[in-house]
Amino acid sequence: MLTISDYVKAKTLEEAYELNQARNSRVMGGMMWMRLGNGKVRTVIDLSELGLDQIEETENVIKIGAMCTLRQIEQCEALKEMYGDGIAEAVRHIVGVQFRNQATVGGSIYGRFGFSDVLTAFLALDTFVELYNSGIIRLSEFVNRKPDKDILLSIIVRKSKRQFRYESVRRTKTDFPVIACSVVTGMVHGKETWYFSVGARPMKAALIEKQWEIPKDSPEEVIAEYAYQAAAEFNYGTNMRGSAGYRQHLAEVLIRREMSSILAEER
Amino acid sequence: MEIQFILNKKQVSVEVGPDAVLLDVLRDLGCKSVKCGCETTNCGLCTVWIDGKSRLSCSVLAASAAGHEVTTMEGVEKEAARFGEFLAAEGAEQCGFCSPGFIMNVLAMFRELTDPTVEEIKEYLAGNLCRCTGYMGQLRAIQKYMASQKGENGMAAEKTPAEEARV
Amino acid sequence: MNTVTERINVKNLRIVNQSVPKVDAPSLVTGKAVYTNDLAPSDCLIVKVLRSPHAHALIKEINTARAEAVPGIECILTYRDCPDKRFTMAGQTYPEPSPYDRLILDQRVRFVGDAAAIVAGTSEEAVKKAMKLIKVKYEVLEPVLDFRKAKDNPILVHPEDNWKSLCPVGADNKRNLCAHGVNEDGDIEGALASCDYVIDRVYHTKANQQAMMETFRTYTYLDTYGRLNIVSSTQVPFHVRRILANALDIPKSKIRVVKPRIGGGFGAKQTSVSEVYPAIVTWKTGKPAKIIYTREESLIASSPRHEMEMHVRLGADKEGNIKGIDLYTLSNTGAFGEHGPTTVGLSGHKSIPLYGKAEAFRFTYDVVYTNVMSAGAYRGYGATQGIFAVESAVNELAQVLGMDPTVLREKNMVREGQTMPAYYGEKAQSCALDRCLERAKEMIGWDEKYPYRDIGNGKVRGVGVAMAMQGSGISSVDTGSVVIKVNDDGFYSLMIGATDMGTGCDTILSQMAAECLDCGMDEIIVSGVDTDVSPYDCGSYASSTTYVTGMAVLKTCETLREKICKRGAEYLGCPAEDVEFDGQKVTNLKTGESISRKDIGNKVMCFSNAPLSASEAFSSPTSPPPFMAGIAEVEIDKETGVTELVDYAAVVDCGTVVNPSLARVQTEGGIAQGIGMALYEDVVYSAKGRNYSNSFMQYKIPSRLDVGTIRVEFESSYEPTGPFGAKSIGEIVINTPSPAISNAIQNATGVIIRELPMTAEKIYRGMQENKGL
Repeated sequence: MLTISDYVKAKTLEEAYELNQARNSRVMGGMMWMRLGNGKVRTVIDLSELGLDQIEETENVIKIGAMCTLRQIEQCEALKEMYGDGIAEAVRHIVGVQFRNQATVGGSIYGRFGFSDVLTAFLALDTFVELYNSGIIRLSEFVNRKPDKDILLSIIVRKSKRQFRYESVRRTKTDFPVIACSVVTGMVHGKETWYFSVGARPMKAALIEKQWEIPKDSPEEVIAEYAYQAAAEFNYGTNMRGSAGYRQHLAEVLIRREMSSILAEER
Repeated sequence: MEIQFILNKKQVSVEVGPDAVLLDVLRDLGCKSVKCGCETTNCGLCTVWIDGKSRLSCSVLAASAAGHEVTTMEGVEKEAARFGEFLAAEGAEQCGFCSPGFIMNVLAMFRELTDPTVEEIKEYLAGNLCRCTGYMGQLRAIQKYMASQKGENGMAAEKTPAEEARV
Repeated sequence: MNTVTERINVKNLRIVNQSVPKVDAPSLVTGKAVYTNDLAPSDCLIVKVLRSPHAHALIKEINTARAEAVPGIECILTYRDCPDKRFTMAGQTYPEPSPYDRLILDQRVRFVGDAAAIVAGTSEEAVKKAMKLIKVKYEVLEPVLDFRKAKDNPILVHPEDNWKSLCPVGADNKRNLCAHGVNEDGDIEGALASCDYVIDRVYHTKANQQAMMETFRTYTYLDTYGRLNIVSSTQVPFHVRRILANALDIPKSKIRVVKPRIGGGFGAKQTSVSEVYPAIVTWKTGKPAKIIYTREESLIASSPRHEMEMHVRLGADKEGNIKGIDLYTLSNTGAFGEHGPTTVGLSGHKSIPLYGKAEAFRFTYDVVYTNVMSAGAYRGYGATQGIFAVESAVNELAQVLGMDPTVLREKNMVREGQTMPAYYGEKAQSCALDRCLERAKEMIGWDEKYPYRDIGNGKVRGVGVAMAMQGSGISSVDTGSVVIKVNDDGFYSLMIGATDMGTGCDTILSQMAAECLDCGMDEIIVSGVDTDVSPYDCGSYASSTTYVTGMAVLKTCETLREKICKRGAEYLGCPAEDVEFDGQKVTNLKTGESISRKDIGNKVMCFSNAPLSASEAFSSPTSPPPFMAGIAEVEIDKETGVTELVDYAAVVDCGTVVNPSLARVQTEGGIAQGIGMALYEDVVYSAKGRNYSNSFMQYKIPSRLDVGTIRVEFESSYEPTGPFGAKSIGEIVINTPSPAISNAIQNATGVIIRELPMTAEKIYRGMQENKGL
């Protein structure tokens, strides 16, 4: 069980950051995962009174405060308008409404968990994270950073005309995913670009990018060939929920279905 | 540390450790309806409302509830009893251990969704596990309760199970 | 007793066969403090168990000095502090078939999670801190982890000389055998040799967790008389009294067991999993103590379903007449033998008799010890495993014959009036299995949907069928007794030792009493079990309560009615033959003069030399089986193997349905558990015997999104030996999903999964193999 010696509701970001520099300090999100550990935390820092629980939409970005709950994302009209039902699809399987009323986006992204649907989804979009000390960096860069003492303030999704799809396979409907795949496509620097993010392999989500010009009316076999290529570029592992081989097969199927769905909509 | 919050519409002040979870604090305050079924946020038995939203009290640090409004079944007993009558009419409380958490989330659902479909109901309540009933009886109870509530709003009235028993 | 049955049957039932809400419902749905942990005094010592990290080891040294110095620690107990007298934690009638193979704490630890020390202190923090400070030096031994290699393995799980088996169950601890037996009728080899087709297959079911929402928990204290009081979430209070007396080596008269409301049991609490720990703490310290199992403890050190491997040989002629069934079951009882010798029996005795025409059968079994957590009782109790194997083999036979599996069953199923050689030669006096299957087919639309439909998008929907039976109590063993007292103003106290674990026996037994005594439910009070005052009952297990204790209620009511008549006649000053009791008053039929039950009740309390109460017990020489048919419809994604349960139609013959809404919910709940077993639930061990399925994150029971639609109907037969014609319902309902879902997958894809759970990956692999890939 987690033991905590001191709990502080930070009054300012400066205070939170200063407190977090101590070796045994931790910033809390929804407390869903951290609480399950056996660690000893000296100071736990609560950011809930710093106004990080808002989703702001500007002309160019949707900025999601780190303390926003997964339920807020699920119900966010701005994200739905930009990317359709995919964002809600990415979170609605996560345990239950009570859980999603509590788990935070910051916690999910900062934790960089292998099973994270949230990370898998946002990684495929044009997403940045805002850190207190390091400023704004790409999520794809943040994913591979070692956890440090910086504080995650927000997730910034740059609005651009992108098609977004999210699919996952689970053993029970509210379980962790056996595999989670997100496919995004759009024009980048004048080129049709495809982004594939695959999580729960069971390793954490990774991203690949392809400049593939795929005709809208491509037959299924052609799309399948692209999906095969995309899925083959990730590595997979075996755990209780599935074998590496099965996961790769699922990734291939889901990616193909998502690509087909995007192409069909564009037709 | 001493924290203050509103519990079932009453201001309370309580001494808690920095790692105490709300579940334990609420039970110590006499809210025995709040149950623990799994410790890992999977079962929904410890559901309470914080500022009107369903949350899992097993993973809320009590300290973080300071200044907020917490509601347990003890705070909505009449409404719980009314819905509970429908649940009991189906025999769908069975062992009853998951009933408080389940009913709290059902009542939260009624506040959040208007006239939910079966699929919406199932999804909203997916985080409430029950090992006794297989969920069908709970769904029947919800549907009958919703029909009776509609009745109160001027449409064809359905009686509560107890009213029916009296007839 | 016949007179009651006869009298009742000639009129319409008023209360029995009605959906009466449970008598404790208002408290349950408003979250009242009625469960063990709600009632425990706040000054209880907190008790926790230090558990072994090794699957098999000997404790060489255990140093508790530093731990004992932690402020608030009251006591730390090791194997040196516990009696060296072996006992079993199985809640069974004495002499228990389960071997006496346990100590409260043992020098040898036998699975990862086995108890190594007991720590008690004034706070949870202190106890946890102390647990970290206990130094245990283990001599790590090689474990026996593969149950197929356990029998006659040179590594022994129980080498000790004071191991003992009380019953002739074929146990031999020097061979890792917890039980062994052979049971046969007719010439099985001859019968199979004469068959045109013999299905010869091996099926494997894993351990499953009951996963009741309330984990194991107990609190204990010494009362005014210095007696050890146990308040526990248990299905077997009277057995717990004996188990604790054995474990602590103290007289049974020193122990009182009280059962409050229980948050589910499903058999888990038919083993005394948690009681010994606070009991020994209180007995040694004199202080109140409690243990609340964490979910993790409830998943790693509890009493799950026995893993079984079943080899079935099933023979039939070309026309599909099943002529012989040969079953060998290998059962894994784990580290201890709780329910080992008995669960295995049901794998054969409650599967083979479904096929009434077979000329011969043979049922052989071995139950072996291994170094995983001990198994126990879980709803279905071996029948679930055996029915998966035999029903799956029948479905494989149907495929070989090219025959509709429902038609094959119609040809072969047991029917009313038949004698069942594999069911101890009992006769099926009540059996509507034929009607159950017929109705289930109609409900699902079998004829339109069999074997499968392609619904486009790469998805197919298949239907699959299975049948099941169970018993109603353990014949010639289970005993239920009942006391009914008449109180002032004439209200009745119904006193039972049967344990309501949420399933509603307090309610249905009251219904029966109200029916027999011609009064309303509100004129009867009932309460939880207290071994000091409740009449003896073996407890709620083996599907016994409705049938066994129900009959005891009927007998008691009949005796009480006679006594009321007699007492009324005495007060009216006439012979007892002249009066009649209509439930409210005793009337002298000759004069029309009457005295109310209220007045009788009050008069009994003044200048009376005899109490007005009755007590009777019931035990049955037979155990009439309920029957059922279940049909599953599943949708399978042909590319991924992902399978969704769409619809489940079940029709049950539990005889007269005592409380339709409670019976329906029991059935739906049992089916949902069966769906979990079929598709999702798995207890997974590491190569070193560590249990990975140690939380609800990893051991996935179905949510309401995972069970599809479950539809239940009843086709009642009338059981002449049961109360109002009733049989049992509690266990049978978990038995059909695994074979029915397997059959649906088979019919949809051609893939036959012989090992549970049937995961998407297994189905995908099967489809790949069928494609020749």
